[in-house]
Amino acid sequence: MLRFAFYRLLQAIPVLLIVISLTFFLVHSAPGGPFSADKAVPPEVIKALEAQYNLDQPLWQQYVSYLGDIVQGDFGPSFKYPGRNVSELIAAGLPATAELAFYAMLVALVIGVSAGVAAAMRPNTAQDYIPMSAAMIGICMPSFLLGPLLVLIFGIHLEWLPVSGWGDMPGDKILPAITLGTGYAAYIARLSRGGMLEVLSQDYIRTARAKGLSEPLVIAKHALRGGLIPVVAFLGPAFAGLLGGSFVVETIFQIPGLGRFYVQAAFNRDYTMILGTTVFFATLIIVFNLLSDMLAIWLNPKLRQQAQGKS
Amino acid sequence: MALLEVEGLKVYFHTRNGVVKAVDDVSFSVDCGETLAIVGESGSGKSVTCYSLLDLLPKPPARIEGGTALFDGEDLLTCDSTRMRHFRGNDIAVIFQDPMTSLNPFISIGEQLIEPLIYHPDPARKQSRETARKRAIELLDEVGIIDPKSRVDCYPHEFSGGMRQRVMIAMALINEPRLLICDEPTTALDVTIQAQILTLIKKLQETRDVAVIFISHDLGVVAGIADKVLVMCEGTIREAGDTDTIFYHSQNDYTQKLLAAIPEGAKQLPNRAQPDNVLVEVTNLKTHFTDYNKPSNQDNVIRAVDGVSLSIQRGEISGLVGESGSGKSTLGRSILQLAPTTAGQVTFDGTSLTGLNAKQLVPWRRKMQMIFQDPYASLNPRMTVYQTLAEPLLYHGLANRKTIDQQVRQLMDDVGLVHSQLRKYPHEFSGGQRQRIAIGRAIATKPELIIADEPVSALDVTIQAQVLDLILDLVERHNLTMLFISHDLSVVRYISDRVMVMNRGVIIEQGDTEALWADPQQAYTKQLLKAIPLADPRMERVRLADAQADV
Repeated sequence: MLRFAFYRLLQAIPVLLIVISLTFFLVHSAPGGPFSADKAVPPEVIKALEAQYNLDQPLWQQYVSYLGDIVQGDFGPSFKYPGRNVSELIAAGLPATAELAFYAMLVALVIGVSAGVAAAMRPNTAQDYIPMSAAMIGICMPSFLLGPLLVLIFGIHLEWLPVSGWGDMPGDKILPAITLGTGYAAYIARLSRGGMLEVLSQDYIRTARAKGLSEPLVIAKHALRGGLIPVVAFLGPAFAGLLGGSFVVETIFQIPGLGRFYVQAAFNRDYTMILGTTVFFATLIIVFNLLSDMLAIWLNPKLRQQAQGKS
Repeated sequence: MALLEVEGLKVYFHTRNGVVKAVDDVSFSVDCGETLAIVGESGSGKSVTCYSLLDLLPKPPARIEGGTALFDGEDLLTCDSTRMRHFRGNDIAVIFQDPMTSLNPFISIGEQLIEPLIYHPDPARKQSRETARKRAIELLDEVGIIDPKSRVDCYPHEFSGGMRQRVMIAMALINEPRLLICDEPTTALDVTIQAQILTLIKKLQETRDVAVIFISHDLGVVAGIADKVLVMCEGTIREAGDTDTIFYHSQNDYTQKLLAAIPEGAKQLPNRAQPDNVLVEVTNLKTHFTDYNKPSNQDNVIRAVDGVSLSIQRGEISGLVGESGSGKSTLGRSILQLAPTTAGQVTFDGTSLTGLNAKQLVPWRRKMQMIFQDPYASLNPRMTVYQTLAEPLLYHGLANRKTIDQQVRQLMDDVGLVHSQLRKYPHEFSGGQRQRIAIGRAIATKPELIIADEPVSALDVTIQAQVLDLILDLVERHNLTMLFISHDLSVVRYISDRVMVMNRGVIIEQGDTEALWADPQQAYTKQLLKAIPLADPRMERVRLADAQADV
């Protein structure tokens, strides 16, 4: 298993290199620069600023020195937040974003798996059609529509929950988590329904029933593990997606997370900030994909033993 | 009163295309210590009958329309799901057909074995994990699993098919059931393993006095172990009686048809082999694969074919027999250069094929064709019969637009299909008809050599007999040379002039069919021949008793 993880991380190096290079040259080829939007700055000041951040050097030299910095774990200083470097800014935004992603994932898993399993137990009945239609709506509903809608109903109309903030009032984390998690819940519901339907038609489920096991036990012990493998495989990309895709929700609910920095950095041409956050997200995506693959292997005894044999 | 009395059972499937009467007015009874065999071809309703007793059918579409099934005086068909759990796995246990898919791959076999005990609905019989585990190890030992103490924690994929079926049997027995339903328990297994499993079931029944319902499509398998036989066809009982009456004094046309279809005895046609006219010469052929499941520093080579030399005379039918994993299919594909060979020579009609590249092989492909095992999977479902049969003719330039129609119709005649079916797709045909299409495709290019890889093992016994006769007829009329690969020794004897026995990648014995049958030299061959079940109850009982004595 360790050897598998090691090789996968080795493969990640060229992937990251491509991500860095593409992003680096793309942001630098975009018109404008970090200091061009500021109004009426004397040219000599801009020149001084550019010299300070090495922006007056040829592009390839900037590229090489940036790569050198990254290898040492240094994402460089932010152009727009003077005096703070990119690593500090990421560290400041990450806790809120990670917490939001975690709760959203919890919402997605609980709702998604139970709806999917319920649907698979009685296919082509109301118990199947109702959650699956809801899932379709959930997939189609963008979070910039769902968020305000939830705020309108539960925040303003019913006055049950706070309309914004993060950790300031009790219950202010519920609506953002639901808003972010719903789309993923819907997708997980469809995946677990498909996986469970497949497994429930297997011969070994019939064996389990013939043994006299009760239906809840058949589902929980014999069907879930095989049926949820597609969901496990989806967890990695989903978690990375939740971390990276939280910008809209963070904006709606005024959450001081990472997504805000990311989008602002793009508008500001904050080169090091764009690159830093991109590399950070790319690494997260790779790591979470690896984790979910390892989990899927661990769940399957045959693959688990092969993996152990190799390490 | 018998242990189980089924009266007027009716199970219908309500599908979009109307109602299918899967089981229509079936009655039978089984008593303790008795074995009832239910025999019939696929779709006869024999499995549905038994699954309906334990409420194991998918509902919908299945619906029980009538009848009673009294087990110890209690009706199984009307009891609720809680009561049903008391019967399932406790009083009535099932051994399913395919041990490869009937065990949960995610759970260790020990855990699967003890489940009926630790989740027993009756608190008095419920047991702790520790005692259940001990019982599981005892039972594994009893059904012949070596070193059960360490094997109990293994997962299904670490067992072979025969061993998995033993685990299934242990699982069925763990609650001391009074009725054991065996649904084709040996159909997916090799003949020697089948013999072991049959002996085991017979022995367990005698020591425990359980009632057994044994479902099979193969009359030969049930001859030795059944006390009573029920012959089913299209959901109804055609004939019922004790075993000897059914086998020796059957009054029913359908039973007689089934009995007549069992391939028995020597080949009826003369040997057409032309001596000294060798068509295929194989010298020291090796086909090895790499086993990626094993670490590369260990021996990770699978020697599927490991040094085979043989020659096939023009005009003869050579049988190639062996158990699963013996390498017989790989050898067939290697001769046709469909599998990459590692070493050795294949000479066809004086030309070496092993050195040729894909393009150079094309003209030779026309002369060598293959019939595959599974007529469901080996025909392209998106091509009509016409397209399937016309493709090789057009590809090899054997027909033009004017003659193609005529030639395809000629092929349909050859394999006994009517012209009106030309525009149909494979799914519209039965298994036997599909195999006829596959045979038609193989003979379309007027090949000299045909390699038939288990061409009849997926077919019912009556269909199997028809297809075998078709093959014999075509070999005769088209002057074909054939390598006939099969695990079924009776079929090979029925069709082949000469037989080669393969085991672990090498040919261990070969000779003229009847000579080899009469006097096998190798221990393995003897063991194989001894394991064939005979469709004659008296002889089969003697054979089983011998086998039991050997154990």
